[in-house]
Amino acid sequence: MEYEAVIGLEVHVELKTNAKAFCGCTTAFGGEPNTHVCPVCLGLPGVLPVINRQVVEFGLKTALALNCQVAPFCKFDRKNYYYPDLPKNYQISQYDLPLARGGHLKITVDGEERVIGITRVHMEEDAGKLIHVDGPDGGYSLVDYNRTGVPLLEIVSEPDLRSPAEARAYMEKLRTILQYLDVSDCKMEEGSLRCDANVSVRPRGSQSFGTKTEVKNLNSFRSLQRALEYEIERQVAILESGGRVEQATMAWDENRGVTYVMRTKEEAQDYRYFPDPDLVPLEIDAAWIERVRRELPELPDARCRRLIDDYGLPAYDAGVITSSRDLADYFDRVVALYPDAKTVSNWIMGDFLRLLNAGNLEPGQSPVPPEEMASLLQLQKEGTISGKIAKQVLEEMFATGKGARQIVEEKGLVQISDAAALTQIVEEVLAANPGVVEDYRNGKDKALGFLVGQVMKATRGKANPGLVNRLLKERL
Amino acid sequence: MPITTAEVEHVALLARLKLTPEEKAAYTGQLNAILEYMDKLNALDTTDVEPTAHVLPLRNVFRDDVARPGLPREKALAGAPAASEGQFKVPRVV
Amino acid sequence: MDLHYLTAHELGDLLQRREVSAVEVTEAIIERIKAVDGRVQAYLTRTAEEALEQAKAVDAARARGEEPGPLAGVPMALKDNLCTGGVRTTCASQMLAGWVPPYDATVVRRLKEAGAVILGKLNMDEFAMGSSTENSSFFPTRNPWDLERVPGGSSGGSVAAVAAGEACYALGSDTGGSIRQPASFCGVVGMKPTYGRVSRYGLVAFASSLDQIGPITRDVTDCALVLGVIAGHDPSDSTSADLPVPDYRAALQPEIKGLKIGVPREYFGAGIEPEVETVVRRAIAKLEEMGAICEETSLPHTEYALPAYYLVAPAEASSNLARYDGVSYGLRVPGKDIIEMYMNTRSQGFGPEVKRRIMLGTYALSSGYYDAYYLKALKVRTLIRRDFEAAFSKYDLLATPTSPTVAFRLGEKAGDPLAMYMSDLCTIPVNMAGLPALSIPCGFSQGLPVGLQLIGKAFDEATLLRAAYAFEQATEYHRRRPELGVA
Repeated sequence: MEYEAVIGLEVHVELKTNAKAFCGCTTAFGGEPNTHVCPVCLGLPGVLPVINRQVVEFGLKTALALNCQVAPFCKFDRKNYYYPDLPKNYQISQYDLPLARGGHLKITVDGEERVIGITRVHMEEDAGKLIHVDGPDGGYSLVDYNRTGVPLLEIVSEPDLRSPAEARAYMEKLRTILQYLDVSDCKMEEGSLRCDANVSVRPRGSQSFGTKTEVKNLNSFRSLQRALEYEIERQVAILESGGRVEQATMAWDENRGVTYVMRTKEEAQDYRYFPDPDLVPLEIDAAWIERVRRELPELPDARCRRLIDDYGLPAYDAGVITSSRDLADYFDRVVALYPDAKTVSNWIMGDFLRLLNAGNLEPGQSPVPPEEMASLLQLQKEGTISGKIAKQVLEEMFATGKGARQIVEEKGLVQISDAAALTQIVEEVLAANPGVVEDYRNGKDKALGFLVGQVMKATRGKANPGLVNRLLKERL
Repeated sequence: MPITTAEVEHVALLARLKLTPEEKAAYTGQLNAILEYMDKLNALDTTDVEPTAHVLPLRNVFRDDVARPGLPREKALAGAPAASEGQFKVPRVV
Repeated sequence: MDLHYLTAHELGDLLQRREVSAVEVTEAIIERIKAVDGRVQAYLTRTAEEALEQAKAVDAARARGEEPGPLAGVPMALKDNLCTGGVRTTCASQMLAGWVPPYDATVVRRLKEAGAVILGKLNMDEFAMGSSTENSSFFPTRNPWDLERVPGGSSGGSVAAVAAGEACYALGSDTGGSIRQPASFCGVVGMKPTYGRVSRYGLVAFASSLDQIGPITRDVTDCALVLGVIAGHDPSDSTSADLPVPDYRAALQPEIKGLKIGVPREYFGAGIEPEVETVVRRAIAKLEEMGAICEETSLPHTEYALPAYYLVAPAEASSNLARYDGVSYGLRVPGKDIIEMYMNTRSQGFGPEVKRRIMLGTYALSSGYYDAYYLKALKVRTLIRRDFEAAFSKYDLLATPTSPTVAFRLGEKAGDPLAMYMSDLCTIPVNMAGLPALSIPCGFSQGLPVGLQLIGKAFDEATLLRAAYAFEQATEYHRRRPELGVA
């Protein structure tokens, strides 16, 4: 039998507010343990929470960008469970009346576009960090409350995803949108973007759902995809051997490449949700929603469409460039100075991204400002340097941070477009390669390329290739 | 609906309370007496009554997004039953 | 002159006229504490040294010609569930026996800014759960009027200290009657302000939607003065009302002609001691005699307030008290793993009543029972509020007994939780509706004080204080002092 997977994702994203969700402590990442804490986030007796307005603003931005309906009335609830990273032993969250519901986002996998439903978006607070230390008597754990109370959005998708690749594409698209909104750092390695997956399998074509498991601890796009592949295979194997999938909470072990059971259904938690009496409800009126909607930046799908419509870029190029807001901003700024969009796109998708990746840099961290990129392309266009030299110059620009013109001048890389200066070299190359000349004259067109290459080599790449071609042909 | 000793045990686990057999028996009896008294509420028809979670009609109470210094670490850890390396120390979790 | 039995406004006048110094007053009350607290047992923690420092600072300010305000230099004390930076705050629980907060509650900060001299921290039922102060995990406090009787609770230490001259005034907290019922038992004035009038920041939470801090004083004028200092918006408490605070002392006019007072018949039902009823009805007749228009009325859902309260309050408490787990502060009793550590700590750290309420609240919130219990109770809460709304469309105030009984004997109700809960029958509905109410001495039964409860409209503490002040001016009950023996 052929099976298909049914996957829904619960994504937690840390919001990049200045202060925590319910107190004035900084949200800065890092810091010595327990130095970003106060009586409120330590959950000391007597303290009370007050919600940071920016958390709601960021939540609204996200909800609108994900095409959700914002609730006119929402409230905070307490989710009660005991864990030492949770100082109050309850988490302030939202239960039956979340901030927003009923949205969607679009993903494209293998050229096919799919619309994935968003069930809900709600606000909550993050927990602290535990470090486990081995030792006698089972060792011990250390608790750092710096992250406790950092605002989170939980974004829950509908079970609309059908493959690990789609799940990954959803996660990547969601990250892109959050980055465009500038509401989160979205660094999976620092935990500011996290993901749990609900996954089940069923015979292809079936409308009912199989028993699902929840897989936690998916800390990178790669582990999301690998864990889902593993878990789907595991479930299919159970079904094929006539067994039944047990409802459970699983964890992904990245090192061993397996999922394992954390909690079975019998041990399911009873969170005893109830409205937090310390926080008052939120009423979000149409005027507030409209103000936030007006302030939304251009989002990836719209921007992608614009690059296709306005610049005639291929959909693939537009998709790559708009996958990062910083990259798209970079593109726009280069194109504003050098209005040949396709050339700019080629350079950005090619050498520019390659050099960024090599340096482990984000587009926003490029050592080459857009103005210099445009000036490099201009130098090439006006014939001052060849394309090949331009690539070298870009590498130099990445390495040194110097401007394109400065490098070209300092290194004497100006293209030789003086026919008189090149004629001498052309003559020498022809004289040194009589056999190749003979081949060309016998109709081997490829031989010309070799001769051009020899001239370029002799000039260390600086000869104007068009001119070299012309001079060679004249003499042949 | 009388509450059973098994339910008392389950609730005690949820509340992280370890009860002696005597306490279990006493709480089972007392909770039953109290809950029986609570059943008086069922005499009221509350079908169309909105619940009151807050007595004040307050809405949208916010703090500004301004980070302020918190507690010095010594003070944060001052009440800790056990601490190590600037952190709270507990029996190993998982 | 017995400085220890002067009211805050009397002491304030003497201090402002430089007839006594704050240090003299403070020393006198410290002496009084030494003389009688062995019998009353109101204090859990005494801060005599800090108090004298605060008194010196006030005297120095006055010596410089400054006038730091009417409460500056007046010695007072705090219920031990109000956080005091640097001074242990125990909630009368083994769980927090050694806990020293790193911060002041908002009310404590405001009192310090007003120049209050803080003598120490007062006994209470553990985590404010109880009606007799017998649930203190340290020792019970005695009623100064009869040392074999309870002072009421949970603010029993606060009320006993004020009644015995061990503090000029005190702050307590009131979740279901914990200020008013003991005030009634010990013959002092106790007010629970409107929910949201006084910041709860730094009050160790019992039931967050019901808790309110209030003054315990020897007369109504002091009540107005202290309320004026502690009331007002606090950005640290989301449930604190952003409303102006009237000049409560200016509201104290001994004139109540035409004031409409409802007398709800349900508060005089089964369980009320006949003599208590007689005394309270005589007090209401007195109000009428003074020109108020008193009418019998009905709050039909009154009998449901107690069962609804004992679902709402324990449910909130079960969550509020989850933080006491031995991880980052307070008691820890070791265990082989984290769960055993939690269970050992909480089982040894909490007393039986606290555990009983945590159990009840956990049960009420647990899956399968939420709708039947917790949600039902919240709906009944709406019905109780509507009763009051209807009554206040006709009346300015409601008058009732504060407690159905006078102070009972130590141990009398300790074995029967339900009987103990009944002690708060008249006070609980007020918390459920979030309204302001106070208890004032209105007579005696069996030689023990009886309290009259006046209930007001939300945020109309001024009218409550005016009526109470008028009654007080026309009577002498508030001047009676217990015969604790001569200091």
